[in-house]
Amino acid sequence: MAQVTLNNVRKVYPNGFEAVKPASFAINDGEFVVLVGPSGCGKSTMLRMIAGLEDISSGELNIGDRVVNDVDPADRDIAMVFQNYALYPHMTVAKNIGYGLKNRKIPADQIAAKVQEAATMLNLTEYLDRKPSQLSGGQRQRVAMGRAIVRDPSLFLFDEPLSNLDAKLRNQMRIEIKALQRRLGVTSVYVTHDQVEAMTMADRIIVMNGGVIEQIGTPSEVYHSPASTFVASFMGAPPMNLLNGHAAGGRVRVGDHDLHHHDQDRPLTVGIRPEDIVPDTTGPLQINVSLIEELGAHRLLHGTLQDQAITIHVGKDHPVTTGPIYAAVKPNAVSLFDVESGMRL
Amino acid sequence: MKRAGFSHRWLPILFLVPQLAIIFVFFYWPALHAIRSSFFLQDPFGFGENFVGLKNYTAMFKSAAYMRSAWFTVIFTVLVTVLSLSIALLLAVKADKVIRGAKTYRTLLMWAYAVAPPVAGVIGLVLFDQSWGPIKDFVALFGWDFRLGVNYFDTAFAMIFVSVWKQLPVNFIFFMSGLQSIPKSVREAALIDNRSASGRFWDVTFPLLAPTGFFLLITNITYALFDTFGIIDTIVKGKPGNNPMTLVYKVYVDGFRGNDLGGSSAQSVVLMILVLALTVFQFRLVERRIHYT
Ligand SMILES: Nc1ncnc2c1ncn2[C@@H]1O[C@H](COP(=O)(O)OP(=O)(O)OP(=O)(O)O)[C@@H](O)[C@H]1O
Ligand SMILES: [Mg+2]
Repeated sequence: MAQVTLNNVRKVYPNGFEAVKPASFAINDGEFVVLVGPSGCGKSTMLRMIAGLEDISSGELNIGDRVVNDVDPADRDIAMVFQNYALYPHMTVAKNIGYGLKNRKIPADQIAAKVQEAATMLNLTEYLDRKPSQLSGGQRQRVAMGRAIVRDPSLFLFDEPLSNLDAKLRNQMRIEIKALQRRLGVTSVYVTHDQVEAMTMADRIIVMNGGVIEQIGTPSEVYHSPASTFVASFMGAPPMNLLNGHAAGGRVRVGDHDLHHHDQDRPLTVGIRPEDIVPDTTGPLQINVSLIEELGAHRLLHGTLQDQAITIHVGKDHPVTTGPIYAAVKPNAVSLFDVESGMRL
Repeated sequence: MKRAGFSHRWLPILFLVPQLAIIFVFFYWPALHAIRSSFFLQDPFGFGENFVGLKNYTAMFKSAAYMRSAWFTVIFTVLVTVLSLSIALLLAVKADKVIRGAKTYRTLLMWAYAVAPPVAGVIGLVLFDQSWGPIKDFVALFGWDFRLGVNYFDTAFAMIFVSVWKQLPVNFIFFMSGLQSIPKSVREAALIDNRSASGRFWDVTFPLLAPTGFFLLITNITYALFDTFGIIDTIVKGKPGNNPMTLVYKVYVDGFRGNDLGGSSAQSVVLMILVLALTVFQFRLVERRIHYT
């Protein structure tokens, strides 16, 4: 088990592209941290630097109490699960799982026992003699997990391990991985661009954008108090409503509507989650609903609030129609952002 | 799925006729002719022939020159195959380390290698040239009085050297593309699983190269046995003397220089059987497949 610390870790690729701007953060022992962000934001680069598959251009990386910048991947005491699983195609499942142990000069009978144990844990016992090509995607995924857990590493690294699975299997594996990590208590860094995975699995989420860390926080912090308009719009489906507003005389107004309070007089961006706007015949907001999205358990109403697009989330029991409706904002549910920088105020 | 078809039954046959005719005229007919001739003693001046049964074959296997040539062929083939495969693999692994990812560089290098083979054979010979070959001069520094076409060992050495030299680029390119087709993430997984570079090579890279390696093994054996004719001919120049020769070259020397058509036919029948065995072996193993996915 180990704590991971990054101190101004930066990555510049040989072609001069700065994929990760200097980043500093610490991952606690046993913590499950999810790195999330849009495609190309540098998540994999960050993870691969921690794994040792990519050189660190500057800064310092610690795993446990060692500086590991110049330590080989095999000596970092880590295990990694790749997006395409990266199983050895010529080895059986048992050999795939045991290969890392074999190279650590562990006696054969102990390897066999550990492989058996991992296989039982992952429901793989009947496949131990098969080659990866004879397995389904979900089974390959399990083998990749097995290969990681038999090594008892101090750190698990995952790079979008579920993105090649279908939706149903993905949900199931998501829960299994999380439960496994809880049980083993191994510090984990998990890369995904799926914000549902991020929200459900993480102890803490690191949101990246364009090589920069936008926010680090618990799923609830990231969701309810986004640090920037980017985080507000990236996390949550549908994303947070971002409205142009203005603060004057201590009041924040969007159009004619009074929403919040703020001390300075300035223009600002007002963020409200769709589910924090509730239909209320006595409410202050008049919203013109143009489209209703039926999702079974709930509905999304898309419309305008004085020419600004807005989305509301309503429960399935609430009667809805298109056209004008009235709504209220839940107390303390408003986020304010600087118009220029997009930073939370 | 709809299959494209011909409206007339004889039309596809018509299209096949030229191809079949070529195969028949240039392959089956001479082959049959050779089999037939191997049972006859031909008059050197073409004035007739006598049926002699298996005499050509028994004479062949009793001939010391033939057995000597057969042994040389075995040693030659093994050395050329092993050397050109292992050197090419070594070069490919080294080159792959440097140029993995560097696409332009890789393509350029491949081009150079792809252009080289025919030229390389000639250059190889020039290197051993009796009057101004640099290799001859080089080994002379160590007191090796290199005599191409005179000394048996020296000539054999040059034959093997040039044959390997000529085959290297082809093997290199195949090994290169074999290496490049190993998924990056599989190598990276190995990097995490095994700290020893040689361990990773033997446990992961080498087995994943096996399909390429096997294909090359067969083509290299075929090359060493048959396609080295040109190189040997350039060195021996039709004057057998005390020079080493492979069986294929001996067929030519005995048949066309020695005018022993019957004996030479018997030799070529033996070679045909060898090719047949090699082909069967290849198909058998390919069927048992050394490829994954
Ligand atoms: N070897 C490389 N050389 C130069 N630039 C690279 C290299 N590898 C990645 N990049 C660039 O660095 C940026 C970050 O890449 P990275 O693979 O970390 O993205 P990611 O966040 O994992 O994206 P995805 O979700 O698509 O996997 C991208 O803009 C990419 O084009
Ligand atoms: Mg990635």
